[in-house]
Amino acid sequence: MSTPTIKENLRADIGITPVSKRRRAIKENLTGYAFISPFIIGFLAFTLIPIIASLYLSFTNYNLFAAPQWIGLDNYIKMFTSDPRLLQSLKVTLIYVLAGVPLRLAFALLIAVILNTTSRAVGLYRSLFYLPSLIGGSVAVAIMWRNVFGDLGIVNILLDLLGLPIVKWFGNPTAALWMLIFLSVWQFGSSMLIFLAGLKGIPRSYYEAASVDGANGFQQFFKITLPMLSPVILFNTVMQTIAAFMTFVPAFIISKGTGGPLDGTLLYSLYLFIQGFEFFNMGYASAMAWIMLIIVGILTVIIFTTSKYWVHYESEGGK
Amino acid sequence: MTSKLKSPRWWIYHILVGGFAILMLYPVIWLVMSSFKPSDTIFITAKSLIPETWIWTNFVDGWQGIGGNSFGVFIKNTAILVVITLIGQVISSAFIAFGFARLEFKGKAIWFGIMMLTLMLPHDVLMVPQYIIFSKLGWLNSIKPLAIPAYFGHPFFIFLLVQFIRTIPRELDEAAIIDGCGTFKIFSKIILPLIKPSLATAAIFSFYWTWESLLGPVLYLNSPTKYTVSMALNMFLSNETVSNWGAMFAMSVVTLIPVFVIFFLFQRHVVEGISTSGLKG
Repeated sequence: MSTPTIKENLRADIGITPVSKRRRAIKENLTGYAFISPFIIGFLAFTLIPIIASLYLSFTNYNLFAAPQWIGLDNYIKMFTSDPRLLQSLKVTLIYVLAGVPLRLAFALLIAVILNTTSRAVGLYRSLFYLPSLIGGSVAVAIMWRNVFGDLGIVNILLDLLGLPIVKWFGNPTAALWMLIFLSVWQFGSSMLIFLAGLKGIPRSYYEAASVDGANGFQQFFKITLPMLSPVILFNTVMQTIAAFMTFVPAFIISKGTGGPLDGTLLYSLYLFIQGFEFFNMGYASAMAWIMLIIVGILTVIIFTTSKYWVHYESEGGK
Repeated sequence: MTSKLKSPRWWIYHILVGGFAILMLYPVIWLVMSSFKPSDTIFITAKSLIPETWIWTNFVDGWQGIGGNSFGVFIKNTAILVVITLIGQVISSAFIAFGFARLEFKGKAIWFGIMMLTLMLPHDVLMVPQYIIFSKLGWLNSIKPLAIPAYFGHPFFIFLLVQFIRTIPRELDEAAIIDGCGTFKIFSKIILPLIKPSLATAAIFSFYWTWESLLGPVLYLNSPTKYTVSMALNMFLSNETVSNWGAMFAMSVVTLIPVFVIFFLFQRHVVEGISTSGLKG
């Protein structure tokens, strides 16, 4: 720190400060931009230009082969007035997100609290519970899930053992959707790891003080654990909601690309894919993408605005 | 707190938690075991986990692949894509992260904000226009649309690396400046060696995401000679009418093996990566 100051003083004495200072500032800016330039170029080429193109295309009729035809708001009007499959896919996706994300996070939190002990086996359990998250997005697991929930699959064997009626998971749209939701909940491991890291950050002394004051486990959970963890829960909720909205692979594989039975697993991304790349209605698919962007935006804003009622930030002002 | 004493509580805890872990992983174990059973008995004997006789024919059948391309071809294709993507994502992200974490320039906060926003952007919005752009560029049916964007940084990895670089004391940079190092030398000689653990984390996740991805390959690769393992499995599923479940299960297991192996070798990096940056696994 001291050397540059001496240098600067020296330069000031000779009287070259303004120019070289400005030069140095320009050089610093250039170096900075040189380092982040891959990001800027990539952002312009693969994100910004496509987004603008997508907005434009959403007002057109375009099939990739003929030039786009401007049709104004027709795509958007059609979506909500004469496309029952779209409304079905919105409904299915909302159920998938609103049931799947809270269940997944609740599981993640429950298991994280249970694993937050000093036991030596915790490392092993942590890895085992994380494994489904690791492989959950793969085609192999979707194929596995399809067969586990088959008519003769192990889920029905288990239901039978428990004396419960077996379910034809592919015979009814609601059951098929729940099969997807279970697959999402099954992958609670990555959120669990984030929660575990958060739990490690809560000072032990808080719990000790609460114990001294006679607070039981439940009170400690609701008065200490939950508030202290709330920023992490917020972050997780936002990221998981967005990811859930874009779920594609399980629906694509489990329904063999159709979204069936009776459009019960027609998640929004899958329907967008079908419109864009099976029917080549690229204008319509772009309009669908914009509606998704708006819905995700609204959900994110709702999560953030309500967060001030349930997220507890430490007064130190850190993140 | 009393875990040293193997009290009844200790036993109950481990029976419950361990039991739940086994229950959760049972489908995976079942998949692996079923791949050693004859196709026609997989569902008849689904109740018993262990095969009566262990057979390898499913693996032999599955390895024959589809349409004259052996499964080895799909593995090779995927491995090439993984390596090219991984190198691009890790190097470019490190470079960009250094700029954000260490250099001062006008508009830095704005660009960083934009990068964080792209983290949250649903990629479905980009799917159609990117496809159009890549098709106009004549990149269809090649790995270019999948590999080239990897060389412009990946927001998750940039974020992860920025967080890590910020923990490195700036005194090291300053000492290097006094020794006459330029900015690029500080990056390559000082920072890069120190962020190896985070680079490893990024590399591992890059591997997982590319290895498992389906949507990109389905969009951009048409000829079966270029298929990735995910697409090959999808093809097995489309041909499921022939009910050769054994082969499909066997190849599913094959695609999971590298994922498991890398996880057990580099567990610490994976767990830390997720815990510190919220990387989705």
